[in-house]
Amino acid sequence: MTQDIIIQAIISGLLMGFVYALIAVGLSLIFGLMEIVNFAHGEFLMLSMYTAFWLWSLFGLDPLFALPLCAALMFTLGIATHYGIIRHILHAPMLVQICATFGLAIFLRASAQFLWTPDPRTITTSLVEGRVEILGIFLGLPQIVASVGSLAAFALLYLFITRSDTGLALQATAQDRQAASLMGIPVDRMYALGWGIGSACVGVAGVLLATFRPVDPEVGALYALLAYVAVALGGFGSILGSLFAGLLIGQMEALAGWLIDPSYKYVVIFSLYLVVVVLRPQGLFGRF
Amino acid sequence: MAPPRASAPAATPPPAALDGPDSALRAAQAEPLHPPLSGRQKTLGILGAAALVAYPFVFNTPFPQHVMIMIFLYGMMAQSWNIMAGYCGQISLGHAMFFGIGAYSSAFLFVTYQISPWLGMLVGIVIAMAAAAVIGLPTFRLRGHYFAIATLVIGEIVQIVVQRWEFIGAATGIWLPIIRENQLVNFQFNDSKIPYYFIALGFLIVACLAVRHMERSRLGFYFRAIREEPEAARSLGVNITLYKSLAFMLSAAFMAMAGTFYAQYVLVVDPEVVFPLTLSILVLLMAVMGGVGTLWGPLIGAAVLIPLSETTRILLGGTGGAVDLIIYGALIVVICLFKPEGLIGLVRQWLPAPPAEREADHGDS
Repeated sequence: MTQDIIIQAIISGLLMGFVYALIAVGLSLIFGLMEIVNFAHGEFLMLSMYTAFWLWSLFGLDPLFALPLCAALMFTLGIATHYGIIRHILHAPMLVQICATFGLAIFLRASAQFLWTPDPRTITTSLVEGRVEILGIFLGLPQIVASVGSLAAFALLYLFITRSDTGLALQATAQDRQAASLMGIPVDRMYALGWGIGSACVGVAGVLLATFRPVDPEVGALYALLAYVAVALGGFGSILGSLFAGLLIGQMEALAGWLIDPSYKYVVIFSLYLVVVVLRPQGLFGRF
Repeated sequence: MAPPRASAPAATPPPAALDGPDSALRAAQAEPLHPPLSGRQKTLGILGAAALVAYPFVFNTPFPQHVMIMIFLYGMMAQSWNIMAGYCGQISLGHAMFFGIGAYSSAFLFVTYQISPWLGMLVGIVIAMAAAAVIGLPTFRLRGHYFAIATLVIGEIVQIVVQRWEFIGAATGIWLPIIRENQLVNFQFNDSKIPYYFIALGFLIVACLAVRHMERSRLGFYFRAIREEPEAARSLGVNITLYKSLAFMLSAAFMAMAGTFYAQYVLVVDPEVVFPLTLSILVLLMAVMGGVGTLWGPLIGAAVLIPLSETTRILLGGTGGAVDLIIYGALIVVICLFKPEGLIGLVRQWLPAPPAEREADHGDS
């Protein structure tokens, strides 16, 4: 019996872990490129969830079909953020960069609260609903779809970064922007692309989360916090690091919730972060 | 990139033993950082002081007094954050925890042992400084974003723990009883906001005088050296960990003072109100908006943002439908884009500083 519960917890943790990894990798990609932490990342997630909700509620569009639309929308938002804000503060002190993205986060969150009220909203009918039993373990179908979707998106991103010419150009820019620029890589466009892709990641994750998680203006805060922890844990800028850290956080959340006390699960995750960065300040897979 | 370990080895000789930096320091200290005030500045200062004293008697309704009290309180918090981040360059995203420690210490001691909140405030300051020292030791080795996120995460941990801690009221917090006698000893003034006004003003002045003094003391030069070039500072014999700790403790002490004041002002403390991440961020935004690393910047930030949120709240009712935060967020982004040195840049354009004050101009270059 206990064994079943442990397996159940581990598998649920694994499913959420892939979603966390997808959220974290978007953040990590942007940081790797230009050493800016997007503190509005959670708000981008929230916007994507609301987009999925409104498409479902107003037009009856199923979240799974809304996915490409949301991803495209978030991609555009990311590029707009780069050209509208980030580009102008690229050489500003870190504090100004933090404040600019925090300002954007506050603006987006408050706008959502103003437009759509703080009440949580849920997508009640979706193509993926209910739960399935596999070998005595019950798993929510939306969670399974979300984790498979996240994993697929992650794999696509990984292939894009490591195999395509544009992806290699992105990596080159991340490694040395001056050298990349001398090689004829349009650095500014790479930054914009990084913001677009990073935001599209969170757009995909948002739609997948919206199939089982109610959306409210504050929803992004927790996921963003977990994403910061995941990114620093994996090492800022490391793609595989964020996959590993996302999975680790999913496991810690599920197991700590079961072993210790659900209300302390984030304390455990945050403490893990502190232990890791104190022992290894560059994160598990980070480079300095 | 810089090596990950920034803490100075224990064997570093104390800075005073080195002759080189010390004489340079003396020369730097001999330069007047705060030049003698001109006649015009004196007049302005006296007029300003008189206006601050007269204000609560001229506007003798609760709302304008409340707005000023909030400006003083947040100005003090932004100033305290400024010590740590503006002067010493360590960006903390968890400063609310020291505010909460201050609020809880005095409230708990008063409710449980009837200890005067003034003494409770001292206890809170000591606890906050100890917490800052304990948090700083392992985390000061972290750089930039790693340190910022570590403080953010510690702030969250503290909030979660306090929410579950039955001994100090868990999520309900602590409700202070209303006591009508011995108002000064009990730090409670139920008839008028005027005593709160002057206490808050006094606290703010203490914080600002401390920063003004720190600016031109050895401490201030070490802080700025650590902010600008930690490696260079260390090679000149500055014990980086020690001075970062001092900045953090000083900053935590003023946050705790503000916490006690807040607890006595609203007479209820709970984890949602005194420990939230939003408070840490608000304080940071005020300091940056006004201008970090300057004496007046945090005050300007508070004086702009507080009336904005208090008036929108009154005009639109309730939480104001978050309109104040929409304006806030947009304003912050605009300032970061067009005036990254903060509003103090605008003020300096209107009131050109005498040439000697350039020394004090160490914002973000």
